Amino acid sequence: MQCGGFRTSYAGDERIFDTALPIVGVTALIGVLAVVPQFATTYWLDVLNRIGIAVIGALGLNILVGYTGQISIGHAAFLAVGAYSTAILEINAGLPFYLAIPLGALITSGFGLIFGIPSLRLRGLYLAIATLAAHFITTYGIVHWESMTKGVLGMMVPPATVFGLPLDSDKRVFYLIFALAIPAVFFAKNLFRTRVGRAFIAIRDRDVAAGVMGVSLYHYKLLAFVISSFYAGVAGGLMAHHSRILFPDSFTLLVAIDYLAMIIIGGLGSILGAIFGAIFMTLLPEVLKLGATSLTGVYPNAFGLIASTRDIVFGLAVILFLMYEPQGLARIWLRVRNYWKLWPYAY
Amino acid sequence: MGDQLVFALQLVITGVAVGGVYSLMALGFVLIFKASSVVNFGPGELVLFGAYVSWATILPMKLPLYVALPLTFAVAILLGLVIERGVLRPLIGEPIISVIMVTFGVASVIRGFLNMTWGSDTRPFPVLFSPEPIHLGPVPVSPVHLWSFVGVLGLLAIFSVFFKFSLTGMAMRATADNQQVAQSLGVSVKRVFALSWCIATVVSTLGGIILGSVRGGVDFSLADLGLKVFPVVILGGLDSVAGAIIGGVLIGVLENLSGGYLDPVLGGGVKEVAPFVVLVIILMIRPYGFFGKVEIERV
Repeated sequence: MQCGGFRTSYAGDERIFDTALPIVGVTALIGVLAVVPQFATTYWLDVLNRIGIAVIGALGLNILVGYTGQISIGHAAFLAVGAYSTAILEINAGLPFYLAIPLGALITSGFGLIFGIPSLRLRGLYLAIATLAAHFITTYGIVHWESMTKGVLGMMVPPATVFGLPLDSDKRVFYLIFALAIPAVFFAKNLFRTRVGRAFIAIRDRDVAAGVMGVSLYHYKLLAFVISSFYAGVAGGLMAHHSRILFPDSFTLLVAIDYLAMIIIGGLGSILGAIFGAIFMTLLPEVLKLGATSLTGVYPNAFGLIASTRDIVFGLAVILFLMYEPQGLARIWLRVRNYWKLWPYAY
Repeated sequence: MGDQLVFALQLVITGVAVGGVYSLMALGFVLIFKASSVVNFGPGELVLFGAYVSWATILPMKLPLYVALPLTFAVAILLGLVIERGVLRPLIGEPIISVIMVTFGVASVIRGFLNMTWGSDTRPFPVLFSPEPIHLGPVPVSPVHLWSFVGVLGLLAIFSVFFKFSLTGMAMRATADNQQVAQSLGVSVKRVFALSWCIATVVSTLGGIILGSVRGGVDFSLADLGLKVFPVVILGGLDSVAGAIIGGVLIGVLENLSGGYLDPVLGGGVKEVAPFVVLVIILMIRPYGFFGKVEIERV
């Protein structure tokens, strides 16, 4: 039983798991995820799949916003570029999905690099506004480049095939999504134990000071955009395979705001936070739907109010978290965990 | 005069009229930013709110205009107070991302509330002006555009006088200039913050009423127009009232001209994206806009 933290080396301090229990927990979670599709209903599988995609996307945004401090309202544009380039690579170039998703993510990275250039001159607010503009320019491009993207008509994506087995059901796509989501989490977690991750954090805390200490702002700011948009590209590629039809309308500004809300509610600058936020934001409409279903007996119009209730609950959640728990769900989790970890010997 | 020229003039005049509304929205935005360094990322929702409340008081409640409009403004002032007191004051001194997100949150709550109360169908807006076009020389102009522009000009004149000569206006300028000094001279900075939000909601409401009557109806797409505030304030400078006014008209003209001339070539929608292209260009060459204050950074 643990009664406090006692570390004698830097290596000990940097360890991800300091006791055996979390390792068991994570392994068990992965084990559960491996068998869940055999039992879950299609509805819950669909929800889980969307959570998996959102986790990847939110991790990418948290790397950029939460860890590097570069505010981006353009995440929906990254997702869109990832989704469309993956789909175009598969349909027009006939690439298999295991090449198309990484290539699509690379294209998104290149795109992120261009997005990131303003960050060299602009900070905070101005960068946020620049990314907002970039979002509108990108979606304009997607809607109007009809020869490639089919514009507002929507673009059908064929299912990915593994050894002749089409991944055309939620159950099969589930494995594809989580086979990418789990390594994405571990990569992000480890990134911030390296030189690169530390540089990101230094830039977030005070970029001029980081520059004075020898962190190349030019290099690392752009790198943050590249890594973040790579994640978004993967998430976008998975979206293409999950919904199998792409509309420009799936990538509105509201999607970018949703992703920002995920990392705010989950916890800025926290890997766990990105995961919690993704779960929270994906479950929110589902919970409201369940609530509305149970209310239809008493109040027949309940279903019509889901959209507006979602907006209100979403806005209130963001406001209340910012006011009372700015470090989000991850912080709450940490508090609860630390309480029980030292229980009953905490002082 | 050739048809070409009439076409161009017509685009410019419509642009100026719409740009006047952008100026109003940008004025609200700049006032809040100047006073409290808060960036409102939901200017569109304030406009939407104003448009819906004025619609509700004029049509379903059948109040006469001289009751309906003051009532609308009273509600708008109340909204401004609630936002400032309830949401932004507790967040003073928080990082910029929190402030940006909280305004998104407020916008979302307003949108949800409007949707819940009045639904998302398009509502016909009361016709306040005759649809018969007035001829300014050879160019036909609709009275709505003309009156909205005159209204905007009048309002801006009132605001200039207010800032220049009234005690409150001077207190607001002082706060914008240097909060601590203003406070030490007896200016209530809190009141200035609240006041700037109230002015912003009132001007946005006016913008909503004007846009509603220009379009002949209100629906949720009005909120998208609100985002045009960003090109305007970046062009003019985030902390410049004059910049907001000039920028609004410039962006209005620019989007109309680009829409009129480039839409046939590029296939539609240019009007929506052109202001943002301008925004990026300005950010790259002159990030503090044409009238904004250049910040020098020290560690």
